[in-house]
Amino acid sequence: MLRHAIVGLAVLLSLAGPASAAAAEFPPGASSCSGCHPTSAAVQTPVARLVGRSAAEIVTALQAFRAGQIPATVMDRIAKGFSEAEIAAIAAWYAAQQD
Amino acid sequence: MGGRSTRRDFLKRAALAACAPLPFRPALAQGSAGRVVVIGGGFAGATCARALKRLDPRLAVTLVEQSARFTACPFSNEVIAGLRDLRDQEFSYDELEASGIALVLLAATGVDPQARGVTLADGTRLSYDRLVVAPGIDIRWDGLPGYGEAAAEKMPHAWKAGAQTTLLGRQLEAMEDGGLVVISAPANPYRCPPGPYERASLIAHYLKAKKPRSKLILLDAKDAFSKQKLFQNAWTELYPGLIEWVSLSSGGKVTAVDPTALTLATDFQTYKPAIANVIPPQKAGHIAELAGVADRSGWCPINPVTFESALQANIHVIGDAAIAGAMPKSAFAANAEAKVCAAALVALLAGSTPAMPKLINACYSLVAPDYGISVAAVYQPANGQLVEVAGAGGVSPLDAPAATRAAEARIADGWFRTITAEAFG
Repeated sequence: MLRHAIVGLAVLLSLAGPASAAAAEFPPGASSCSGCHPTSAAVQTPVARLVGRSAAEIVTALQAFRAGQIPATVMDRIAKGFSEAEIAAIAAWYAAQQD
Repeated sequence: MGGRSTRRDFLKRAALAACAPLPFRPALAQGSAGRVVVIGGGFAGATCARALKRLDPRLAVTLVEQSARFTACPFSNEVIAGLRDLRDQEFSYDELEASGIALVLLAATGVDPQARGVTLADGTRLSYDRLVVAPGIDIRWDGLPGYGEAAAEKMPHAWKAGAQTTLLGRQLEAMEDGGLVVISAPANPYRCPPGPYERASLIAHYLKAKKPRSKLILLDAKDAFSKQKLFQNAWTELYPGLIEWVSLSSGGKVTAVDPTALTLATDFQTYKPAIANVIPPQKAGHIAELAGVADRSGWCPINPVTFESALQANIHVIGDAAIAGAMPKSAFAANAEAKVCAAALVALLAGSTPAMPKLINACYSLVAPDYGISVAAVYQPANGQLVEVAGAGGVSPLDAPAATRAAEARIADGWFRTITAEAFG
């Protein structure tokens, strides 16, 4: 399952292209994240920034949230709404964003 | 402030637009990606305008908004309870202007969907390729007998943040110990489903500390509400005997109010409190009616993929005004809808097909300053509606320790900073 996700991720990364061309094409769900996860580093919040993280880091966290393997407040409830392919796409999109 | 020069710039731009020939698809071939007008500068409208400009800087984006400053509703219950300053709720549009969005500080008084034009309060007209209607809510002044605009000065709704928030806060401060506070909550749908219960909680927090002989009665036009078990458990734990919730089936529906006598009537009883906070029935902001995008319910049916109105082509409705299926009327939802709508607009203006979206909502409520609870869900289009993705979402656990409640309160605070930074800069 994990290998499937990584392959999917690699494909998506290769398709991502320059950030400007890909910008309008949020993968499903990705544009909602910035309601809590700040885009700007200047915002004071206990919630982690996603911009600047690797795709693998985001995939690992989302899968662990989805499986209930790490402590969570809302992310366990949210991650369950996304498939492995969707998680991989969101992670790849975030990894392609410029900090 | 920048209001006048903004308007001058806008008029100059409008004049230029008027001189240009008006082909069926204006200016697309000349490097401009199109003209989008956004009416309403709240969480939905401001987020959408910024997202459009970020996604395609060539877009001519105009934000039409009456007020130079936005006053946010989330966390305004803390202002009422004396825990926060109203100034912390206020945001300017300076960053939007700096990013190239044309700000027009006027009311929109009409929309012509056929000619694709918006009329402004000073009579000028603004042409668009796509229009975004994001007016938030209006109070239904005919929705509760006795409750008109003058009544709101005595029995504040405080459901639009600003002067009403201050008024309710002052009434609470002036009330003598031992006074009765009555909140009336409306039937669904309305802005911020858990809002009345968060308000009851934070007013109870204030009363417990400052006026401990007082009592709060929450008269409800519903038999169930958002995060109900979490709220009720917390009330028993934190405010025993202070809050009484009267459900619809127990006679909680307020059928009329009398602002002179300061009374609220239900089918069974008349209440005469020291403070009456009437949260009245609501509808989409008036411009939605004028644009022909509101249906008989008073709200706006939309396409769940693009947020385009089901009633008028080329007009999109986002935020509290929209009927977004299972999505609640929350700031988080408005912000999420705005970004999906912006991406869809960019695709539509480029002649391509918008992608199927997924959207998230996460709403925090404070039962006390260090006691937060949440509800979250994931949504996707199905059968022409936005529906919850099965197996996801839900509320905070009922048995969470105090540390979890405190963590959720801190996250709620961070959420407000994050979402207002995204919407207003």
